[in-house]
Amino acid sequence: MSTVQTQTKTAYDVEKLRKDFPILSRQVHGVPLVYLDNAATTQKPLSVIEAEDRYYREYNANIHRGVHLLSQEATKAYEDARVTIQKFINAASSSEIIYTRGATEGINLVAQTWGRKNIQAGDEIVISHLEHHSNIVPWQMLCEEKGAKLRVIPINDRGELLLDKYKNMLNDKTKLVAIGHVSNALGTINPIADIIHYAHSKGALVLVDGAQSIPHLKVDVQKLDCDFYVFSGHKIYAPTGIGVLYGKLAHLNAMPPYQGGGDMIASVTFEKTLYAKPPHKFEAGTPHIAGVIGLGKALDYVSAIGLDAIAAHEHELLVYGTEALSQIPQVRIIGTAAMKAGVISFTLGDIHPHDIGTILDKMGVAVRAGHHCAQPVMDRFDIPATARASFGLYNTKAEVDALVKAVKKTLEVFA
Amino acid sequence: MSDFSDLYQDLILDHQKNPRNFGVLPDANHHADGFNPLCGDKISLDLKLDDQGVIQDIHFKGSGCAISKASASMMTVSLKGKKVSEAEHLFHEFHDMVMGKIDHAPEDLGKLKVFEGVKEYPARVKCASLAWHTMEAALKNEKEVISTDDGKGSES
Repeated sequence: MSTVQTQTKTAYDVEKLRKDFPILSRQVHGVPLVYLDNAATTQKPLSVIEAEDRYYREYNANIHRGVHLLSQEATKAYEDARVTIQKFINAASSSEIIYTRGATEGINLVAQTWGRKNIQAGDEIVISHLEHHSNIVPWQMLCEEKGAKLRVIPINDRGELLLDKYKNMLNDKTKLVAIGHVSNALGTINPIADIIHYAHSKGALVLVDGAQSIPHLKVDVQKLDCDFYVFSGHKIYAPTGIGVLYGKLAHLNAMPPYQGGGDMIASVTFEKTLYAKPPHKFEAGTPHIAGVIGLGKALDYVSAIGLDAIAAHEHELLVYGTEALSQIPQVRIIGTAAMKAGVISFTLGDIHPHDIGTILDKMGVAVRAGHHCAQPVMDRFDIPATARASFGLYNTKAEVDALVKAVKKTLEVFA
Repeated sequence: MSDFSDLYQDLILDHQKNPRNFGVLPDANHHADGFNPLCGDKISLDLKLDDQGVIQDIHFKGSGCAISKASASMMTVSLKGKKVSEAEHLFHEFHDMVMGKIDHAPEDLGKLKVFEGVKEYPARVKCASLAWHTMEAALKNEKEVISTDDGKGSES
């Protein structure tokens, strides 16, 4: 492993990697695209695009059904991808890998199955102030239905969780801690190993929202000992509409099914239906087969480069970009945690982020402007929105320079 | 490429920096609130209508991007003294202009024609029209917050 790491570290050739992404060679508004909206969604390498294309051209068929060759090929590709994912996050068994539409569906699945079965009136669910709406609303809905209480871990001015407050929050009523691994709005990397440890010591389960960590950090679900981990494929260079719920097998076995339908049953009569075992128990209906195959290819692509190498590259961009933007007096960076992924959220004097976004866009620089589906975070810093640049494996320092130039231009326009 | 004067014209930047008719109107008899969830633009609109159906006074308050703020400010200037029917007529012309439904901005829009450039920026149409949707709601004294995402303010 160490030799591989050394090799990838010295061999990180971003210009070569960029050639794998067809979209990066296009122009917008007559200038080269500078894509810095990777926390929203990532671009897709040719290997992923071609894998989906090949499925439809050569072996499109439904899975787990036909005895014909096409169905067998499709089923094999679909189940092989599950093993690829299992290895990628080091799950103990491929039965612990459940396909979903994305992180959001994974969270809702746990809330609606495990949650409805196990949460009772008076119980407590802990989330944090950093959460994306998708890790707030499903728990609010569950708490409302059950008469349970939602508790929120506060953050400091740097956008870091207050762990002491968290520890004091845990008690016998705490049944679940649902926590983002990396904040999408600020980039904060949360100390989830500690969070999981404390939760377990009080007998609570932990769901980790990995939507923003999966493309940036090496995740080992067994080492973390999390009970559930969810992510979306499209944040890690795979197609949209496909994601993963990892769950410890013991939990998955005990959980009721999510949706009823084909593929999730062992046998059906009008009197009684026997459910399939995990993972198929949670995969009713014909799934997004092409998306699954694409996801498998995307993880292969990332693994070949090495997540450590990608993380190191992105960190370099983060440091470089933070330094450059900090030179501009009107820039206020929101989220200055000691541990951060490649996200720079900022405001610019009293210029509204939407205006920043428009001017940057005209100069080819794609960033997100808005509340990032994390309105409580914006409220915490008393701002309506931020502009957010987020880095992926293919971004360059020259692109960070383009961002800085466009930010300065924005200041000129509103001077 | 580096010229943004099609969208951010001087007049728009002036109204953004120095919004006219900004603040609460104490003797208003019509009111509505508007919200653009996409970017968090908020506007609160007060109107004073006389019994002839003429807008005697109109004020706005709120926070938002340059386009939404300037649009609200310039709307209040252009609507003061207008009849309700004229206001609604201007709204429709303004709406068609920013949506790019008409090739040339109608002359009676006057200074509001500076917003014609918005049609080249589809993501900003809601910003420009939020104040107008809120004005229409205020005329009806609608209680619910007007959102550009709930169909009423939809620009699709």
